Amino acid sequence: MRALALGLCGLVAALFAVSLTVGPAEIGPGESLRALVMGDAGPLTLVMREIRLPRALLAALVGGGLGLAGAAMQGYLRNPLADPGLIGVSASAALGAVLAIQTGVAAAVWIGLPAMALIGAALGVGLVLMLAGQHGGSLTLILAGIAVSALAGALTALVLNLSPNPFAASEIVFWTMGSLADRSMSHLWLALPLVVAGAAVLLRLGPALDALTLGEDAAASLGVRVERLRLSLVAGTALIVGGTTAVAGAIGFVGLVIPHILRPLVGARPARLLWASALGGAALILAADIAVRVVVPERDLKLGVLTALVGAPVFLHLIWRSRRLEA
Amino acid sequence: MSLLTLDGIGVTLRGRRVLSDVSLTVGPQELVGLLGANGSGKTTLLRAALGLVPHEGLSSLAALPPSARARAAAWMPQGRAVAWPVAVEEVVALGRMPHGDGRTETGRAAVDHALTRLGLDPFRRRAATRLSGGETARVLLARALAQDAPLLLADEPMAGLDPAHQIAVMRLLRDLAREGRGIVVSMHDLALAARYCTRLIVLSGGGVTADGPPEEILTPDLLRDAFGLEAQIVDTPHGPLLDAHGVAP
Repeated sequence: MRALALGLCGLVAALFAVSLTVGPAEIGPGESLRALVMGDAGPLTLVMREIRLPRALLAALVGGGLGLAGAAMQGYLRNPLADPGLIGVSASAALGAVLAIQTGVAAAVWIGLPAMALIGAALGVGLVLMLAGQHGGSLTLILAGIAVSALAGALTALVLNLSPNPFAASEIVFWTMGSLADRSMSHLWLALPLVVAGAAVLLRLGPALDALTLGEDAAASLGVRVERLRLSLVAGTALIVGGTTAVAGAIGFVGLVIPHILRPLVGARPARLLWASALGGAALILAADIAVRVVVPERDLKLGVLTALVGAPVFLHLIWRSRRLEA
Repeated sequence: MSLLTLDGIGVTLRGRRVLSDVSLTVGPQELVGLLGANGSGKTTLLRAALGLVPHEGLSSLAALPPSARARAAAWMPQGRAVAWPVAVEEVVALGRMPHGDGRTETGRAAVDHALTRLGLDPFRRRAATRLSGGETARVLLARALAQDAPLLLADEPMAGLDPAHQIAVMRLLRDLAREGRGIVVSMHDLALAARYCTRLIVLSGGGVTADGPPEEILTPDLLRDAFGLEAQIVDTPHGPLLDAHGVAP
């Protein structure tokens, strides 16, 4: 277990360093890291501190948050196909962002888009909690999430449909693909408190999620307050998904694939899977964000497109392997 | 001293009255067999006693806060699903959660003890999802045992076990009761109940129709009225035996 933790930490650290040294400005890794740490008034320090550092930090934050939220959601629903987007927060955050782009708020002030996305996320999670209620089971939560996702998706499609401005429409389409390009430290400061707060909530659910392995009844008899657990799960996931979607757009497959890959390595225990998936998610997004810059540097390949492109075949492979094991 | 006191328990589920006015107490050294036909409310009574379903009346367990209740009573529900391929010993170690000592000496000792008592030592490191139904049942019973609570409530722990393991489990429960625990176990096998339980409680028509030592209450009349059986209890050198010879008209 310690080996896994150290390995994942090392991987994240290495990818973080690589992420800092990759970019269109052709500078050697040693020189760029020196400019970042030592600092002077030169353009290189500016590039490192204002462009690459926030990008790398955001990649780790977004990936870590989504990995953690995915592990928590799968643990609570006792289903390896669960995804943090299931409770409708990413779809409603996307709707908020799309409205910001469409109305021009996004172009007027940088905070316009993330703020509207956060409002969308808050409304979405409020609606889910209202539908799923205080006492509903996990099935009600899934259904409420699907309903809210569908509603937000329909409204997003409506905005696109009625958009009189083709530039806004294409901007919307590209935004929904998710990206970490051209983000500033301000984006990081906006997302950081939300993701950290959400992570603090979710990381404490470990023992309760372990107990839930035996079902809600057995967990309750072991002292788990199942209703409080559900509320914490929804709140923590909403903070993370809302925060990350607001600054990076919708990035799929991380929360689904990472817990799935790491589960056998942690003895399938939901509590251990939480921190492992946070590290694994951070590593995946850092790697993906390096890839979009390296593979086709002249085209603006979107991060969400790449994660889906890599995630889907990996997932198919996992399904194929587990089917073979079951047979 | 009583480990469980129920006073006037009534439960209505989805508009249907399942139980009304059930009162009983369970003390140490009692192995109580909870009997009744399908749908007579055995599971509901146990869940109400634990405060897991909304109910009227008073239950000494349901009145406790969840963490204190987890130290007062262990519960083995009927559901046998283990969601993740977790190692058997880790599943059993979940029973130490109320004590918060799963990683310490005492906690490990309790887990080892529970595994050994249910003959699970060879399965320790096997994934709990790769066991047969009967093996899973024993793992879950070991989990409840590791919780080391003075009261054990088990919902049909013998379902899906082969005859030898059914007897082994009943003997284990009898030994646990003799060591001072109180045990309530819902079950269908009247012969096993008659042979091993110190007391039987029969549910029918939403209430307790009989409560007492097996030899006193398992009369041909009760067997016919509560279970729809033409049967009698016969004494043999090895203990009471159920001679069922027909279904009541």
